[in-house]
Amino acid sequence: MRRLIPLLLLLVLATAAAWAGEAAPMAEDEVVEKRMVAISDEMRCLVCQNESLSGSHAELAQDLRREIRQMIKAGKTDQQIMDFMVDRYGDFVRYRPPMKSTTYLLWFGPFLLLAVALVALVRYLRRRGSRLDQGAPTALSAAETQRAEALLAQVEDKR
Amino acid sequence: MKRFLLPLALFIVLLGFLAWGLKPGYDPHELPSPLIGKAAPAFDLPQLAQPEQKFSPASMRGKVWLLNVWASWCVSCREEHPVLVRFSRTATVPLYGLNYKDARPDGMRWLAQFGNPYIASAFDSDGRVGIDYGVYGVPETYVIDKAGVIRYKQIGPVTEDVLQKKIIPLVQELEKS
Repeated sequence: MRRLIPLLLLLVLATAAAWAGEAAPMAEDEVVEKRMVAISDEMRCLVCQNESLSGSHAELAQDLRREIRQMIKAGKTDQQIMDFMVDRYGDFVRYRPPMKSTTYLLWFGPFLLLAVALVALVRYLRRRGSRLDQGAPTALSAAETQRAEALLAQVEDKR
Repeated sequence: MKRFLLPLALFIVLLGFLAWGLKPGYDPHELPSPLIGKAAPAFDLPQLAQPEQKFSPASMRGKVWLLNVWASWCVSCREEHPVLVRFSRTATVPLYGLNYKDARPDGMRWLAQFGNPYIASAFDSDGRVGIDYGVYGVPETYVIDKAGVIRYKQIGPVTEDVLQKKIIPLVQELEKS
């Protein structure tokens, strides 16, 4: 038995090593992989357009991730890789649209709407304010006070 | 009555946007290609039928030509194929294929079965050339002018309608210049 223990231990270690060996290709180069994921998170998969390039199982996405990996290994900067993708697939591939003449409406449209809404709100409040100022009676006349009291008395009676 | 005018106007604008989204033939999957007006990316690939021979777009300088990206695994290509076969019988414009991410025997069998409209097909087994052409949904078809500039890209199958209304008039115009 005593002789068996080291043997068993060796066996356990050997299988552990074998597992580790199997997992190795996945994280062949962790730095490259991390950068690839960071870059492809910023990109849209063109086949299934609501998924990011990093999360998509489409074959084109796999090819493009392979391409990005190769570019990282070739020493390209993130900007160069982004340019490579935009040259081929257009700005649509980016989740963050660039600021340029065709996208001004996209970038400033919401602020424009907000400004319009604010102007409309201010105008409405001003109009409402002035209407209240003009039309609001300051106090009840004697006849009105009497009528109000009569009404209140009626309510009291019913109770 | 007057106070309903503004909401009504807004509603009509909203309806307009919704109608635009439902416009027949509008496909949100279709993206404007940044490659239009740019030089067709160079490549030098073995041909599908004759691996020892190569095809390169550079050899097409001075001609207007079509490049059709296809694959035997692509379902829409099957829909498109008869249109291309018919077109190739009468057309004067050269039609080349780019066999995208396919296996050579599959591609060959496909052409034998459905007919071969291409003068030759370049064999892009790993899809690397497809990436350079911004291919993201096979089939895709490019119209390339005499100077080697991409003038038009059809995403999805070429139909008789697209041929008659877009591709043929464009080719005729490009051939004149």
